[in-house]
Amino acid sequence: MNQAAVVPTSGALAPVWQVLGTVLDPEVPALSVVDLGLVREVLAHEDGLEIVLTPTYSGCPATELIERNVLEAVAAAGFGPARVTLRRAPAWSTDWISAEGRQKLLDYGIAPPGPVDLNEGVPMHFVGRTPSGRRLACPRCGSAQTERLSAFGSTACKALYRCLSCREPFEHFKPI
Amino acid sequence: MQASIQPGRDAATQYVLRLADTCLILGQRVAEWCGHAPILEEDIALTNMSLDLIGQSRALLTHAGQISGLGHDEDQLAFLREERDYLNPTLVELPRGDFAFTVLRNAMVATFLKLMWQRLSASSDAELAAIAGKAVKEARYHQQHAADWVVRLGDGTEESARRLRDALAQLWRYTPEWFEDDAVDQAAAASGLGPRWSELQADWRADMDALLAAAQLSAPADSAYRSTGRRGVHSEHMGFILAEMQHLQRAYPGGVW
Repeated sequence: MNQAAVVPTSGALAPVWQVLGTVLDPEVPALSVVDLGLVREVLAHEDGLEIVLTPTYSGCPATELIERNVLEAVAAAGFGPARVTLRRAPAWSTDWISAEGRQKLLDYGIAPPGPVDLNEGVPMHFVGRTPSGRRLACPRCGSAQTERLSAFGSTACKALYRCLSCREPFEHFKPI
Repeated sequence: MQASIQPGRDAATQYVLRLADTCLILGQRVAEWCGHAPILEEDIALTNMSLDLIGQSRALLTHAGQISGLGHDEDQLAFLREERDYLNPTLVELPRGDFAFTVLRNAMVATFLKLMWQRLSASSDAELAAIAGKAVKEARYHQQHAADWVVRLGDGTEESARRLRDALAQLWRYTPEWFEDDAVDQAAAASGLGPRWSELQADWRADMDALLAAAQLSAPADSAYRSTGRRGVHSEHMGFILAEMQHLQRAYPGGVW
């Protein structure tokens, strides 16, 4: 199942998904954990709900906080006992970010990730290459005249770019 | 004071610990740059890479504790072993050196880890395969970033090229150790847990030769020297880095944030 989870719009668990859709990512508060594709499954067991999450980066310091926020939101909505389990496989991919999530990123000023190119970096190219040969569009003015300032940004999932047209810096959610 | 723990001595646990300790100790060395990198962007890049390495190590240590059946958790394994029970190759424990030394070592290790994670994605151990499936994406990015700097320095000014040459001369002799198999490697290959490290040598060398050529460098001649960190016999630097990592847990047993 190496694709985004399908969010149910009806059925007994749809209200749980709706509540999860209000839990924002602490590092990118424009998006919910559902928008990001972190919620893989919601299961109803006899002893309560099980919410299956997939962590983003191995070292993401927000993972524990996200678990706690999810449990608090589910408890506050009155769904009874719940637990979170982490599932590593298949590994999270930015391809799982929903179309709605991508629009929210753009509105927030972060250039959303393009499709993951598994062959990127094979063979290796050095210095001066444009990743995947794609030009990122500036999330503010839409210009394709942009360049990367820094391969790493304020969080593990982002890189820093600037727009040569409107002169504004912006962040890019890296495809992984 | 908190007493030491004895990790599992079985081959599978040792195989996973070698990889976990490679990530843990390099992550600690790279983190030393926090607040000291030559430019702000690199400060952020190095600490981000360190976070990834520590995160990978956490997952591996947790798994090693499960494989051994001894019930050790990630913190016990990270902080409460004796020096001889850390199984990282010597290269990652060497002091951080200058920026050239750091980016070259990062490129060497990230290249190795990328290849290792690729292979481990097909491990017969589902948890190890899952950890690898995630980590390979991170290692690929680390390799690219570190390699960019190696080329920039090697093909840069006289001073940057000199520093990179010096770093290469210091680091290269610590790499043959990685590719000399022992019983731990044989057992992992036989059980399908993971490759013998030597199986990665040809691909590692090909990536390194391409990188060094782009940086106007070439690999030094082979030396007879063999480091022994993978077997737990470390350089003089290991005790100092462990003292720094362990003193809090030793002085305040079980202390948490």
